[in-house]
Amino acid sequence: MSQTMLADRTAQAVETEAAITLDHVNKWYGSMHVLRDVSLTVAQKERVVVCGPSGSGKSTMIRCINRLETHQEGRIIVDGTELTDDTRALDTIRREVGMVFQSFNLFPHLTILQNCTLAPIWVRKMPRAEAEELAMSYLRRVKIPEQANKFPGQLSGGQQQRVAIARALCMKPKIMLFDEPTSALDPEMIKEVLDTMIELAESGMTMVCVTHEMGFARKVADRVVFMDRGEIVESGPPTRMFESPQTDRLKLFLSQILRGH
Amino acid sequence: MSQSQSQGSIDPRRIADVEPVPAIAGEVATPVYHRAQPRVGGLGPLGWARANLFNSWVSTAVTLVLVYAIARIAIAFIDWALVNAVWTVPQTATGPNTARCRDLMGVGACWAVIGEKYRFILFGRFPYEEQWRPAISILLFVGLYVVSAMRRFWRRELILIWILALAVIGLLMFGGVFGMTYVPTDEWGGLPITLILSTFGLALAFPLAVLVALGRRARSLPAIRLLCVVYIELIRGVPLISLLFMASVMFPLFMPEGLNPDKLLRAQVAIILFAGAYLAEVIRGGLQALPKGQYEAADALGLSYWQKTGLIILPQALRLVIPPLVNTFIGFFKDTSLVLIIGIFDLLNAAKVAVAEPAWQGFQNEVFLVAAAIYFTFCYAMASYSRGLERQFSRSARR
Repeated sequence: MSQTMLADRTAQAVETEAAITLDHVNKWYGSMHVLRDVSLTVAQKERVVVCGPSGSGKSTMIRCINRLETHQEGRIIVDGTELTDDTRALDTIRREVGMVFQSFNLFPHLTILQNCTLAPIWVRKMPRAEAEELAMSYLRRVKIPEQANKFPGQLSGGQQQRVAIARALCMKPKIMLFDEPTSALDPEMIKEVLDTMIELAESGMTMVCVTHEMGFARKVADRVVFMDRGEIVESGPPTRMFESPQTDRLKLFLSQILRGH
Repeated sequence: MSQSQSQGSIDPRRIADVEPVPAIAGEVATPVYHRAQPRVGGLGPLGWARANLFNSWVSTAVTLVLVYAIARIAIAFIDWALVNAVWTVPQTATGPNTARCRDLMGVGACWAVIGEKYRFILFGRFPYEEQWRPAISILLFVGLYVVSAMRRFWRRELILIWILALAVIGLLMFGGVFGMTYVPTDEWGGLPITLILSTFGLALAFPLAVLVALGRRARSLPAIRLLCVVYIELIRGVPLISLLFMASVMFPLFMPEGLNPDKLLRAQVAIILFAGAYLAEVIRGGLQALPKGQYEAADALGLSYWQKTGLIILPQALRLVIPPLVNTFIGFFKDTSLVLIIGIFDLLNAAKVAVAEPAWQGFQNEVFLVAAAIYFTFCYAMASYSRGLERQFSRSARR
């Protein structure tokens, strides 16, 4: 990277200081307007929980942050780098942003350890031994070091999701995105994954988490963002959001998920 | 997971029938349950036959008719192939005397033709004195297949071994060095031709097919995508025979004077292009069967396109398509025999020509049976190997 670019980057970073900035982001699928003027700033080390009914655009928004989906209007700046068609910017951002999916998406043909060491070895060019040591330390942190040499198919859903978290952490990301990490899990496995996420939140990671787990939101979120029909309807600290919702849409949503539980 | 589900699905009324079995060491420590069931296996052959072949009037009748038909055909074949067969014929000054074979034609097989002609079937018109060269080439090919099939040799060095072995085969077949006489490709024939066409054909068509399959899915590169679609549809839309004709008759017309690539090489290129299009579609099927999440997870980790493709996508996609892939391989191994229509002496053509001389005319059944047995040996080996490979992969990767 050239000197001027480096200077540019630091200048931007100082200027924004935010981990993630979404500035009037718009996205359409054909004629369907899925993100409407979404603006959101996530500060360094902030923990944001995004909730909303299905089809509200929350997953689409989080997937725009590491460009698994492209936005059509507005700006997205992650860690001081703007997301554009420039592939170098994209590489930089994907290296700094870890993601955990609803359906785990572990690589079934690789062992747990290989799942975790793959990106550090190939993307970060880390020596194998070092990558394995790193992977084992994260597997210990998510409490499944003994599964390292098994294949994903031999693990339970909760274990697989914890491996997925460890795999993302092995890239030492500055930001972690969670896209409904507990929605595909059997009820008895949700807690082990949430515990891992709480532990991660307490370590000071910047997190954006799409979830319906209100207990989790209450416990770790600095801010809850409520989305409906592609736009951010309301946002604020969890206690305020849950105890005195301002908009009818949030009231309706809260009453629906409370009935569901 | 699956265990807890299957436990959960046991009908409570049947709980009394199930017996707990101690868990296998190292497995999950929950007890494993067997449903009490009538056991089908373990009846012994007689019991099995009664349960499967004679369980009703209709099935008894069908069984008896089929047993009779099979026995008739088998006995007739054994009579022809073994009991009444002629194994040798006397040699005379003018050549072999095949009178005894002719007397028994249709009643007994004349295996003497094989003893007399096996070298022509195997090596075609390759100079007789030099036929040890194609013989060693065949052994090298077979050795190459065996080594490549063993997982413990799946290392980078294997590519070197391939290049080395193929170079040695080329050297042996062409000659012209180390005191070996030069043999042009028009004089090559028999099994080496079949092995050369199918080995080079599939070994080069496969990487081509991978690139074409990837290209056809490259949404961001419309020009490459179009090129791949046109290639696949164009090649798939014509019979291999017409492609071989074009390669042998039309192609030289377009070439500048004096530049006329070898006929065998032209047929080889036609086979590579043809197999490439078919394999590309098989591989594309595998690429499409992979869940989108695999692509996304690789992207999210920051892997580059080629890292993602080589480390995540292809290893899984190719495993998924082993059965259709091997099916295509087997098909092309046999389809190489179509080169006989442009006058190349592959195994089948050599067998056909072997019985063209007057003394042996009429004994094509015997030589074709031998050629069929050789084809079958190779194809069956491929099929069994792929079955083993599938078993290994499913054991390691799935629950």
